[in-house]
Amino acid sequence: MTATAELMDFADVVERFDPVLGLEVHVELSTATKMFCGCANAFGAEPNTQVCPTCLGLPGSLPVVNGTAVESAIRIGLALNCEIAQWCRFARKNYFYPDMPKNFQTSQYDEPIAVNGHLDVVLEDGAVFRVGIERAHMEEDTGKSLHVGGATGRIRGAEHSLLDYNRAGVPLIEIVTKPIVGAGERAPEVARAYVTALRDLLRALRVSDVRMDQGSLRCDANVSLMPTGSTEFGTRTETKNVNSLRSVERAVRYEMCRQAAVLAAGEKIVQETRHFDEATGSTSPGRRKETAEDYRYFPEPDLVPIAPSREWVEQLRTTLPELPWERRKRAQEQWGLSDAELRDLVNAGALELVAETVEAGAAPGEARSWWVSYLAQQANTRGVELADLPITPEQVARVVTLVAEGTLTNKLARQVVDGVLDGEGGPDEVVEKRGLKVVSDDSALLAAVDEALAANPDVAEKIRGGKVAAAGAIVGAVMKATKGQADAKRVRELILERCAQ
Amino acid sequence: MADLTRLTAAELAGRIHAREVSAVEVAQAHLDRIAAVDPAVHAFLHVDAEGALAAARAVDETLAAGRPPASPLAGVPLALKDVFTTEGVPTTCGSKILDGWLPPYDATVTRRLKQAGIVVLGKTNMDEFAMGSSTENSAYGPTRNPWNPERIPGGSGGGSAAALAAFQAPLAIGTDTGGSIRQPGAVTGTVGVKPTYGGVSRYGLVAFSSSLDQGGPCARTVLDAALLHEVIGGHDPLDSTSIDAPVPPVVAAARQGAAGDLSGVRVGVVTELDGEGYQPGVLSAFHAAVEQLRALGAEVVKVSCPHFDYGLSAYYLIAPSECSSNLARFDAMRYGLREGDDGTHSAEEVMTLTREAGFGPEVKRRIMLGTYALSAGYYDAYYGQAQKVRTLIARDFAAAYEKVDVLVSPTTPTTAFRIGEKVDDPLAMYRSDLCTIPANLAGNAAMSVPCGLAEEDGLPVGLQIMAPTMQDHRMYRVAAAYEVARDAAEGGPLIHRVPELPATVGRGVEEVAR
Repeated sequence: MTATAELMDFADVVERFDPVLGLEVHVELSTATKMFCGCANAFGAEPNTQVCPTCLGLPGSLPVVNGTAVESAIRIGLALNCEIAQWCRFARKNYFYPDMPKNFQTSQYDEPIAVNGHLDVVLEDGAVFRVGIERAHMEEDTGKSLHVGGATGRIRGAEHSLLDYNRAGVPLIEIVTKPIVGAGERAPEVARAYVTALRDLLRALRVSDVRMDQGSLRCDANVSLMPTGSTEFGTRTETKNVNSLRSVERAVRYEMCRQAAVLAAGEKIVQETRHFDEATGSTSPGRRKETAEDYRYFPEPDLVPIAPSREWVEQLRTTLPELPWERRKRAQEQWGLSDAELRDLVNAGALELVAETVEAGAAPGEARSWWVSYLAQQANTRGVELADLPITPEQVARVVTLVAEGTLTNKLARQVVDGVLDGEGGPDEVVEKRGLKVVSDDSALLAAVDEALAANPDVAEKIRGGKVAAAGAIVGAVMKATKGQADAKRVRELILERCAQ
Repeated sequence: MADLTRLTAAELAGRIHAREVSAVEVAQAHLDRIAAVDPAVHAFLHVDAEGALAAARAVDETLAAGRPPASPLAGVPLALKDVFTTEGVPTTCGSKILDGWLPPYDATVTRRLKQAGIVVLGKTNMDEFAMGSSTENSAYGPTRNPWNPERIPGGSGGGSAAALAAFQAPLAIGTDTGGSIRQPGAVTGTVGVKPTYGGVSRYGLVAFSSSLDQGGPCARTVLDAALLHEVIGGHDPLDSTSIDAPVPPVVAAARQGAAGDLSGVRVGVVTELDGEGYQPGVLSAFHAAVEQLRALGAEVVKVSCPHFDYGLSAYYLIAPSECSSNLARFDAMRYGLREGDDGTHSAEEVMTLTREAGFGPEVKRRIMLGTYALSAGYYDAYYGQAQKVRTLIARDFAAAYEKVDVLVSPTTPTTAFRIGEKVDDPLAMYRSDLCTIPANLAGNAAMSVPCGLAEEDGLPVGLQIMAPTMQDHRMYRVAAAYEVARDAAEGGPLIHRVPELPATVGRGVEEVAR
């Protein structure tokens, strides 16, 4: 089978088939240390510098459970409306792979910490789709392999492989949905909306960075089709390497079209792992799964069971933040936003930033305008997340205040913000250092006005003759002379006053 | 100074702390003894003369400065089973697959020994990854029994037990998964203790079967074992299965027992571990020991533990299952042996070639057994059933301990068999652990103490004493009382009847070291 298989037109697919989705999301927790040892859990360090006997799986080493990771797992479970197990255990998932130090992954199998929940997902048009949650369980991440010398960066064809165990043992929560049925033509959209909602939820819980680009949020999409009206699930494929929200939607859509073409041709779907290619938007076959891998799960004998007390669970329930969609609804009402304005705000990742800016004293409209337009552009130019810009909501609020007071014009305000972003200090400091205050001293302005009028006698004559529109040229000259620090409106008034005398 | 090696650990510690003899002299005497007799015994895989003398020197300096010794055993030499990691000192587990590996860290047991000022002489031979009952499964050749060089010293901790019986060290550390401390103790006429599971940290103990493995003390006297038990025991936050409670008062119990009075102590004889299938000389020595306990004032009753009959079968499902997973990490990627890495083989092929070359036949057998027992479709029938048996055995123990304070049995069905006698018959070999396995499955405490020689072969017999979880002190009390009475009846410690070993003159320690 080639990578570019025959595809059926999407409209035909949904006419003839009902899609069934299953989404598995792996979340790396942002705990200070790893799941079973005291090594730092941080992204991007020199390879193999955050390792110890335990996460390297050295002979004799033993795991100790990270209590904060368990706490995060329970909070995630509660936020997903799951039941939290009275008693659960870790299990060993046995398989050989060079980036897995022990050649088994310490995970949870038939006794996960959270089961049977749901997440209500809001679609573009406001419709709500309930996605069932089968389970959320704790496990450890593997190391990372870098295959060198091949064309594809995959192990086949590589000359050699490099291994980085910094990621080995990083705490993961795997969240598995129940089969998602009945989404029909909206299946790709539901998939994307689910992962988006999950990301927002996890961010609000402050348990993970949820950066799909860095792999701290990873999604595997299981897709199968059954003839319309049928209730018997078809053979599924599992698509990996889906590294952005947009890819989730594209991968599901592609698999629906591909599988439909295969089925329509009277062929069978091969149960396999498929690899999503961002560039082409297509999936290609990876590891065959027809001989189901036997992981020989058994309870992890090096760890004792975890039995979270009901008191602890209830105490953790009180720490749950306002759910993102409820938060949005509240913001929309408070700030009087249209649906489109709210969507822009959320898509820009600016909701909390705006809220904090408003809290710091800015008017909602001004706060929103700064974050969604000028600062969003700056973040884009600098290639960072909006929240990672080196400016705080309090500083933005201060800039808004300076404009409202008339100390800054909008143009000057942008220069102040640039100064803050460039690390020149807080807004007041930048105003001071760059000398950006509006020139509001009339005597200084009058001198500039007189100078401009004297330099342009013909224009001055026209104004005196009643051609008020001609004042624009003098305003321009004054603004130029004051390096833009004058209030143009006031300059105009002074010109007219002078010419009327 | 040859007599230094004949002293007990308690006696040596007394002399060292009184500065009658230096720790360095004591260490040197034992290193000399190792150099002389180890070519005939082969108890050691690695002798760390330099490290031992440095540790001894540090103890002497502490005492010379007028500071108190770090522990009651400071300055006493010890032989460490090669299954505990030792920073910068080879740790092979008796396997070729770890040939050349220098661990970057100390096991908790190793660390506690060092902190206590105990002088680690070296690492002792063992069945590969502690799988075996004779030390014949060591990739580095068998250890011989000091009582008779044609006989096995037991296993897997044959090296540690033989080192004691050959007077190469007064103390040793073993690990007991199905009897690997007690069975070698029994067949070498030494004391071996498997503490309650969780009583001694497993951190740095290279795992064979995690839910069964337990490190413990080995010595020539009950008191020495107790003193060592208190050094290595106690909670370790690095081992999640370690019990967070004080070490049972085993030294006090040993001293109490040595007073010779067992009145009020209820002793249960396990009916399932007696009679048919046991060597007659073993049974007669055992029965004499039981009479001795009665004479000391103990109340002796028979107790039935019906599920013990299934112990061996359950053990040979659970232990191989866990080992198949624990030993998966030996894949040539990060440490140890690497075969076939010549640019023509894939990583997967290198793994296969390395495991093929690096593991011995018994290890492979158990990995295959365990892999099969855990497979989809077989799990419930094998691993699942075995875990149920485990529960039933634990209930048998619980019921028995309602009626008695300790249980007793022979430690092994036979005395030391001949080297080579059972290597082709794994099932016969597995039966060596018949009596010792139930305590591992239930996780409670058990020990073996010498109880005379079998009349037909003149070889040592072990009395097994078992106690409930965290009641380790009960068995020490009984064992110490029995030991005093037996020595009095026999006219001295049994261990002094070990025949003189052929000494190799003029061979240095370095040559003995592997």
